[in-house]
Amino acid sequence: MKKERDEDFEANLSGNENSDAARSRWFKRIKKGILTSTSEKKETPEGLWAKCPECNYICTTTELNEGLYVCPKCNYHHRIGSEEYYEMLFDNDEYEEHFDNIVSTDFLGFTDLKPYSKRLEEIHSKTDLKDSMRIASGKINGQGLVIACMDFEFIGGSLGSVMGEKFSRAVDYCIEHKLPFLVISKSGGARMMESAFSLMQLAKTSGKLSQLSDAKIPYISLLTDPTFGGISASFGMLGDLNIAEPGALIGFAGPRVIKETIKKDLPPGFQRSEFLLDHGFLDFIVDRKILKQKLSQLITLFNN
Amino acid sequence: MPHYPNKQFLDFEQPIKELYEQIEQTKKLAEKNPKINYQSTVDQLELTIADKRKEITCKLTPWQRVQLSRHPDRPYTLKYLEKMTTNFVELHGDRNVKDDKAMIGGFAQLDGETIMFIGQQKGTNTKLRQLRNFGMANPEGYRKALRLMKLAEKFNKPVVTLIDTPGAFPGQEAEERGQGEAIARNIYEMIRLKVPVICVIIGEGASGGALGIGVGDRVLMMENTWYTVISPENCSAILWRSWEKKEVAAEQLKLTAIDMKGFGLVDEIVPEPFGGAHWDYDEAAQTLKHAILRNLHEIKDIPPQERVNERITKFGKMGFWNEV
Ligand SMILES: [Zn+2]
Repeated sequence: MKKERDEDFEANLSGNENSDAARSRWFKRIKKGILTSTSEKKETPEGLWAKCPECNYICTTTELNEGLYVCPKCNYHHRIGSEEYYEMLFDNDEYEEHFDNIVSTDFLGFTDLKPYSKRLEEIHSKTDLKDSMRIASGKINGQGLVIACMDFEFIGGSLGSVMGEKFSRAVDYCIEHKLPFLVISKSGGARMMESAFSLMQLAKTSGKLSQLSDAKIPYISLLTDPTFGGISASFGMLGDLNIAEPGALIGFAGPRVIKETIKKDLPPGFQRSEFLLDHGFLDFIVDRKILKQKLSQLITLFNN
Repeated sequence: MPHYPNKQFLDFEQPIKELYEQIEQTKKLAEKNPKINYQSTVDQLELTIADKRKEITCKLTPWQRVQLSRHPDRPYTLKYLEKMTTNFVELHGDRNVKDDKAMIGGFAQLDGETIMFIGQQKGTNTKLRQLRNFGMANPEGYRKALRLMKLAEKFNKPVVTLIDTPGAFPGQEAEERGQGEAIARNIYEMIRLKVPVICVIIGEGASGGALGIGVGDRVLMMENTWYTVISPENCSAILWRSWEKKEVAAEQLKLTAIDMKGFGLVDEIVPEPFGGAHWDYDEAAQTLKHAILRNLHEIKDIPPQERVNERITKFGKMGFWNEV
């Protein structure tokens, strides 16, 4: 049984990544392509140390990287980004990135504790990420695939206009090139700084999935820790196959909001992948170590 | 609308309440002094009330619009159906789990034409508010809505949805039964529904809970409603880390009908009686009825597949970004 993590991932949606609540358990890509754990880090001759948030097992990041960011002791799936998934899934780490010229802009002039435009500037200066989703095409075990993958560290992987537009163009690309579509979700929900525009992305992406469906192109939705709100209320749950990594928190409303509403504690394992599988919302749970093999097996079955 | 003793007043409606109190006092005086004619005083006060309603309408802040959208005397879905339609037959249940009282639907005639109406329903008193779960539907509510939409599609009847929800219900059982999946499925199926679909925000338009019955060829907003991705209160709590910034959040979110029409995210604003729909149910319903009929007339003859394509294209254009 996994211990319950009382984490408020909504805090990540604010973009205040230095706040205590937002200080979270994902690997952070600092410039130069080095990964570091946000919680525990210490320089050593062998590289950086990383501590498992589930069992506190300590190993080097090199060791972790070789193990696909899965804890060697307890099988906890660390939060990773698009770069790591692409490296893990595409043959020889070869892929072509698409539509990375599309970037967010502060159309509404939205200001909370900080202007949205300022937040975007700050994130762009700190990471190489352009937004919360990247699109790439390549081959996995020799078969073509388009992967749209979210980056949680970009404002909590939030769904805004850029994600909606990239997703849409990725669908067009899949239809044009007759390639199956994999979306790897990891998001706190909609990007509030884009207000109703972010909400409308749910309809926009669903419309594109309708076209993908008419073209008879397989769409696989892989849900990873965490996937909430607007993602689960749209394309996240609309896969021809919905699959998930083990132990991922997945839901519509966040646990904090639910607890405040029903005024009692939630049962152990609530909103975890295993819970969703049990309730009939997932086709299966897939361990990261066999993810590539499983995906290429599925593509073979679809393409045959 | 309720008569004076039962009327409820928002903070910025207090001047009107005071005018009503003056009318009541005047009437009492009239009873005591039957020889004096107080009618002109009462008439004058009623004219002042009418003026005050206009005055309020002219200078509403975004937060006040949010308050009006939640006004306890505001007409809800069933009230509009009562005032606009004939032959309404309510249909229940999702054929799966249960009948969700927060989401209602059924066939009715609007100016003689059969239409499938679907909408969230709020309660009009404490007991009914609980029964209706404050207009927050569970997955079975969204699935009932989808069942009714498919029924309408089968018999080639247009769908009209009336949206009024503070959000989909964030409960434990809602998650167990797949709240996210239910809303996602509705959005997906609505965007490819073969019959004309018109959606109207008649009160609160909160997030996925609203969009779950909100994908249409035409989306209308009544004048004093709001529609966005999160309630101002929750937005304040997450982005400002305080419950105190709801007014600022309401401004920043640009959630009013005027904003939404300006962004092209909704197609039309339906005017309300001065001061809000709660001042005159008949007038509010008649204006809405004509807006629905006019929009329906404009889209009903488009071939179904073309209409679906236009719907997908319309939502496909929504968003803002730079290409560098
Ligand atoms: Zn571990």
